[in-house]
Amino acid sequence: MEKYLFYIFGSLAVLTALLVITRKNPVSSALFLVVCLFCLAALYVLLGAHFVAAAQVLVYAGAIMVLFLFVIMLLDLRHNDIDVPGRNVALKAAGVFLAGGVLFLVGREAAMFELSSAGEIPEGFGTVEAVARLLFTDYLLPFELASVLLLAAIVVAVVIAKREL
Amino acid sequence: MLNHYLGLGAILFTVGVTGVLVRRNVIVIFMSIELMLNAVNLTILAFSRHLAGLGQVSEAMTGHGLVILVMTVAAAEAAVGLAIVIAIYRRRETVNIEEINLLKW
Repeated sequence: MEKYLFYIFGSLAVLTALLVITRKNPVSSALFLVVCLFCLAALYVLLGAHFVAAAQVLVYAGAIMVLFLFVIMLLDLRHNDIDVPGRNVALKAAGVFLAGGVLFLVGREAAMFELSSAGEIPEGFGTVEAVARLLFTDYLLPFELASVLLLAAIVVAVVIAKREL
Repeated sequence: MLNHYLGLGAILFTVGVTGVLVRRNVIVIFMSIELMLNAVNLTILAFSRHLAGLGQVSEAMTGHGLVILVMTVAAAEAAVGLAIVIAIYRRRETVNIEEINLLKW
């Protein structure tokens, strides 16, 4: 059952990712990226990372992509004559060739791993309590620094996007 | 099963890299960067799951903490990057990355 779910969500994620980078309209790209993020959240659940999957839907698909859509609407990017298909064919061919080369190298290395199938997921793996115990005891400093980073990002975003300083 | 997740992460990362290199709309380039970050998250969680299956649960949860921090950094980066795009658009009226080339030598 897990294998079928992996193939379904994995192929849907790859398909929507390819649609993200090939659409002319940036709104279409953003919406396809939202679908891709939902598929990835389902894959995280399959990997036993329940809290991370919920955080992904809340933060990534729910906040970051909404911010992207706000900015696209704010800039009123209806004129999609930037990436006209048919221009820069050599560049696109080089991009696909590079992609295929990277994938081939990675796949060749990954196929050398003969790993046994994963054992049972232990109790309490991937829950909110387990992540919180980690973030509040061992990794407290990175956690606090992340909050300082978010504060800095908020200030920077407001200052840069202001009309007049 | 780990190989499959790693392969999927590699495919998604490659799609993201292709999007950054081929597209000229700055917003779509940012979206491809987010796609790359998500592929990396998937790889980290696959390894974490594999480590938990081998019995080392507390070391495996480190991966989940790292993924949460990566998401935080991605959110901050998206906010700042889009603010820069808004500022540039207000001046130059373009989101074509080939026209935003003042720093080019």
